[in-house]
Amino acid sequence: MDTINIKIDNKNFQVPKGTSILDAAKSVGVKIPTLCYMHLHDLNTTHKPTGCRICVVEVEGRKNLVPACATECLPGMVIKNQTIRVLNSRKTVLELILSDHPADCLICAKNGDCDLQSMAQEMGIRHYYYKGEKSTYIKDRSPAIRRDMDKCISCRRCLTMCNDIQTVGALSAINRGFMSVVAPAFQMNLEESVCTYCGQCVAVCPTAALTEIDHTKTVIRHLADPSKTVVVQTAPAVRAALGEEFGNEPGTLVTGKMTAALKDLGFDYVFDTDFAADLTIMEESAELLDRLTRHLNGDTTVKLPLLTSCCPGWVSFFEHHFPDMKDIPSTARSPQQMFGAIAKTYLADKLGVKREDMVVVSIMPCLAKKYESSRDEFKTNGNPDVDFVLSTRELARLIKQAGIDFESLEHEDFDHPMGESSGASVIFGTTGGVIEAAVRTAYEIFTKQKLHKVDFQQLRGMEWIRESTIDFNGTPIKIGIAHGLGNARKLLEEIRAGKSQYHAIEIMACPGGCIGGGGQPLHHGDSNILLARQKALYTADKANIIRKSHENPSIKKLYAEFLGSPMSEKAHKLLHTQYFDKSSHIEITKN
Amino acid sequence: MTICENNVAKLQTICKEFNCDKGELINVLHKAQTTFGYLPEEVQQIVAQNLNTSLAHVYGVVSFYSFFTMTPKGEFPINICTGTACYVRGAEKVLHEFKTLLNIKVGETTKDDKFSLSSLRCVGACGLAPVVLVGEKVYGRVTLDGVQKILDEYQQ
Repeated sequence: MDTINIKIDNKNFQVPKGTSILDAAKSVGVKIPTLCYMHLHDLNTTHKPTGCRICVVEVEGRKNLVPACATECLPGMVIKNQTIRVLNSRKTVLELILSDHPADCLICAKNGDCDLQSMAQEMGIRHYYYKGEKSTYIKDRSPAIRRDMDKCISCRRCLTMCNDIQTVGALSAINRGFMSVVAPAFQMNLEESVCTYCGQCVAVCPTAALTEIDHTKTVIRHLADPSKTVVVQTAPAVRAALGEEFGNEPGTLVTGKMTAALKDLGFDYVFDTDFAADLTIMEESAELLDRLTRHLNGDTTVKLPLLTSCCPGWVSFFEHHFPDMKDIPSTARSPQQMFGAIAKTYLADKLGVKREDMVVVSIMPCLAKKYESSRDEFKTNGNPDVDFVLSTRELARLIKQAGIDFESLEHEDFDHPMGESSGASVIFGTTGGVIEAAVRTAYEIFTKQKLHKVDFQQLRGMEWIRESTIDFNGTPIKIGIAHGLGNARKLLEEIRAGKSQYHAIEIMACPGGCIGGGGQPLHHGDSNILLARQKALYTADKANIIRKSHENPSIKKLYAEFLGSPMSEKAHKLLHTQYFDKSSHIEITKN
Repeated sequence: MTICENNVAKLQTICKEFNCDKGELINVLHKAQTTFGYLPEEVQQIVAQNLNTSLAHVYGVVSFYSFFTMTPKGEFPINICTGTACYVRGAEKVLHEFKTLLNIKVGETTKDDKFSLSSLRCVGACGLAPVVLVGEKVYGRVTLDGVQKILDEYQQ
């Protein structure tokens, strides 16, 4: 590799040719502050709009300061990071940003977790130096995401996520000058736009311009109501990330402590979404095998590949962008909704609780789950199967507000009957996990043979699009995997063009899958955190004695006592759903 | 939102002229505005579909450039140059006179759809400052008294 010599603050360094000043400085331990810049290493994404000008440095021989993020090191370059001119410029830039910011940090949702706040702290800002006009936009509340554009610093990270990574195209920078703001088309509300609520914009927003809709207060109220039986379910990816909010290393599994904290918070029953994930596999693999068998028997009307349907961001995506293909995804509901449907029927009966007296709360790594639970098809007489969805971040806040010392909690187990799960279900939280779980079950049902090696390394990883062929005892089954909606789009376009060779495709909306969900503790652009969470889930899978969904005793019992068999009439009513065409309709009239 | 199939066909032709290349968005919008006089939501929607880009992106471009408008222009669009030369020669006062006489703001159209008012920066005729354009016709050295006279020309 070619290297060049540069000088930063009077010290000589050798760096690879083509390195930006920012990366060069980072590699030799010199810190240059950044605000709009974002780099997601393992996801191959760099966002450097050079909009904020916080990272400016002086380069000898150049009249103007240059942005370190977007300036390439040249041989012999002399860079100054600590001159009074540089420091003053950065401070002025920050003060100007702050002059158009509400500065209500004490009561802000991102208090303590805000890049702008940390920057003001690092730079020792003690006065609001500039006073001028402030933006006043209408606050936009959707079922999942809250937009408060007064707090936007125009870093445009959300645009990179929404338009480039996810290719959803809900947001754009509109207007110009001081009136410039990030908004949906025609400044409509997010709810009227093509937004899928994947929450990736929220996950990268440096301030509280984009946050989740907070349900913690409502949940506290229900917990305090003695007439309500409050049941909670926790998604697989939550246990691999919640600990980060309490100072644990990324990838620390906190399943037992999380369960204990939920019991301390006063939930009447603490159950596991993993149980419902096993149920999802039962239905989804039955559906896959049904379509596969018909296909292999020469039925040309069968829709293949089967697409997974656990991810509500992904469901919204194809409803908006690929409505012509809405009969291809599995009709199986997501684990969250299967849990809700079973809780408010089977469990309510067992406990002798009326539907309207039961409150189902979900803890999810996801913001789209908030929207999913509000969909009309998941309600009975207006009563939703899942009443409230809290993100991993909201649960952490709830635990802190209750004064629970998370670290000192003793591990506790999930309650029964909806707390038992297999190793297959816990990997639902990572890209590749759902399809691996489905393969473990589908293989045994299809071949009628026991699967001895349950770890499918070929389905794992972090590449955006992966594919593999699994040998179902002589029948090759072609599997595709995509995470990030932009990559899902590529696979969907292949299908639309009739070029897809896959039998089944797993799609997750968020980079990394649910471990990188919009409701998770913020990773601030460090994708190593995602890898650590992923590893934790595979560890949890391995630690489980039961590794296949269909071997989960509680699932077997549920079918025996209540549902009958997968795809039965009852299963269809409670565990399957339908999809809608949500593309924006424009009526074309005859002149 | 509704749009007639005739207009959809016109827009498709415009997009095809530019190979439905999303990089040509500004040119497509330019031509669409020349054809329809303005860029209503429906037009932006059809353009977005044909160029395979997001509606938000199209709107972002439309709202960025002052040349693009989402309100229909009048039969006689009036443009007042507020470039530096015209400005120092009293363009602001001329603009104010138009606003008063027509009883509309910049960017608006009169109720009878006859006149619309906008301002632009420098038409390159600084020697004639202040300059007013009505459609393609240029009026130079416009005085406050001259404003009513200009309007009278189009009142028939």
